[in-house]
Amino acid sequence: MSIECVVGVLIEHDQGAAKPVSFEVLSAARKLADQVSGKVIALYFSNLASLEAEDFIQQGADEVHFLINPNLQKYTHENYAFALLRQHKKHSFDYFLLSATNNGKELSAILSAQLGVGVATDCISLFVSEEGDVKAVRPVFSGKAYSTVRFTGNKPHILSLRPNVFRDSPFSNQGEIFEEKIHLPEFSQRAQSIVKQVGSQLDITEARVVVSGGLGVQGPENFKLLEELASLLGGAVGASRPVVDNGWRDYSNQVGQTGRTVSPDLYFACGISGAVQHLAGMSSSRCIVAINSDPNAAIFSVADYGIVGDAAKVIPALIRAFKKTLSS
Amino acid sequence: MRIIVCVKQVLDTAAQIEIDNGSVVSPGSARIINPYDEFAIEEAVRIKEKKPETKITILSLGPEGFKDSIKKALAMGADNAVLLTDAIFDGVDSYALAKVLAGSIDKIPYDLILCGRQAVDSDMAQTGPAIATFLGIPFVTVVTDIEFYDDFKRAKIIRQVEGGSELHDLPLPLLLTCQKGLNEPRLPSLKGIMAAKKKEVLTLSANELDVDMVNINNNRVVQENLCLPPEHKKGIILEGTDDVISDELVRLLRIEKII
Repeated sequence: MSIECVVGVLIEHDQGAAKPVSFEVLSAARKLADQVSGKVIALYFSNLASLEAEDFIQQGADEVHFLINPNLQKYTHENYAFALLRQHKKHSFDYFLLSATNNGKELSAILSAQLGVGVATDCISLFVSEEGDVKAVRPVFSGKAYSTVRFTGNKPHILSLRPNVFRDSPFSNQGEIFEEKIHLPEFSQRAQSIVKQVGSQLDITEARVVVSGGLGVQGPENFKLLEELASLLGGAVGASRPVVDNGWRDYSNQVGQTGRTVSPDLYFACGISGAVQHLAGMSSSRCIVAINSDPNAAIFSVADYGIVGDAAKVIPALIRAFKKTLSS
Repeated sequence: MRIIVCVKQVLDTAAQIEIDNGSVVSPGSARIINPYDEFAIEEAVRIKEKKPETKITILSLGPEGFKDSIKKALAMGADNAVLLTDAIFDGVDSYALAKVLAGSIDKIPYDLILCGRQAVDSDMAQTGPAIATFLGIPFVTVVTDIEFYDDFKRAKIIRQVEGGSELHDLPLPLLLTCQKGLNEPRLPSLKGIMAAKKKEVLTLSANELDVDMVNINNNRVVQENLCLPPEHKKGIILEGTDDVISDELVRLLRIEKII
């Protein structure tokens, strides 16, 4: 099969390990490439090559390129954008896929503006039409509606993909690995401007299990229960807007239209009534468990499993039940 | 200091949405300032309170109806506003939107440009960083804290990233996109509302701007379809004691291979 199309992927990594979402982006790129007679080129910018090259290939890359420069140890959008544009000159990407993280979203904006090409962020589905056009579905109004978009004009067409919705098992794929030292210009003040990067806690947008609490949890101290349940399941703790506005939890944990949009495998809504803004931020989760003392709460309309009861009492029982199963 | 705040008017976040003929309708629902843009306006007003010679210009692109939100921004404490309004702007994609806004900003002197981190309708999060790219100035997205040096020529900025944060230390001019947590936006005072009536709102059409119309007409991303998300299947209410319910839930989640 002749290669007619080049699909580029940026691998995002954190302290030397590729982010789980980057594996999702790779497999989405593979599926796309298979439909358009394309090859997948994965780009990894760092100060060191990673040990995960084989994994990137198994997940869909035909070529893995490690682009090495000491200044790429930490992400800065200036360095990444510069290096990406250079790589585009070299490979002439037809499609470029990133993760819809805070970094991925700002990079897509730079690429779109610099190259004069279209961009669609936070896509939840990619498909190829009968005419051979790549189209994407992206939630708008925080998921209250789904928009299908197509691209026109110059390439590459840039797409960023929402974490947790493109998961796929590895393919049997073969590929090549390249390593190259690259030059970066002096962004004298800029590259040095990030004086501190902190935190490596699991982010609610990347967690497979999210345990969220609302005012029905009845106090910030009861969030310890949610934390225990979340940590038992390897998940993260979210919150409704009133909880964040009350100062019980940090705003970075807020789920909803003015917070974060999450699509985990399992979402617990504990003591959350289900305001339309909250539902917008979580209703695309694979499985939703709602615990609320009000049987008429709106949250039950989107729940796969509903428990009518006091979250502060039900959660300890859930913790016991999960512990039993996990230890057996 | 001269500050430009980019503001979009959006549908009230409390609105339920219906789709008619490929666009969102929500009869009777209010239009509001994009909540993230409110953080940007508030931040600008707080800077002005510390540095009274500051001038805050609201910049918006949209139909005449956007003046409702512009008036509110002026009532919160902004000084004047520019509304870019033209039928040709209808349905522009994120590239074109940023291009037009950047083209109009190029003529206004500025030290700081503040935007929301994204609009809560299109959810693209592209306008801010794309404007900065067109203008060739540094930017920081998803900002939760801004602390100026005494001379207001430099700032320490905290950016939210997944699972952590970054501290940036940068000289002006700068573009920042504002995230919740940055501040608590004020409600306009009666005095502010009265004062807003006298403030200038300049309306500009496409041909009064020095922008490449071919670029605007040549949409790069076109919406083909808009629909409601798939309906959630009807769920099950589990019954029994807390322990019985919990065991049953765990069993069901295992059958479905969720855990």
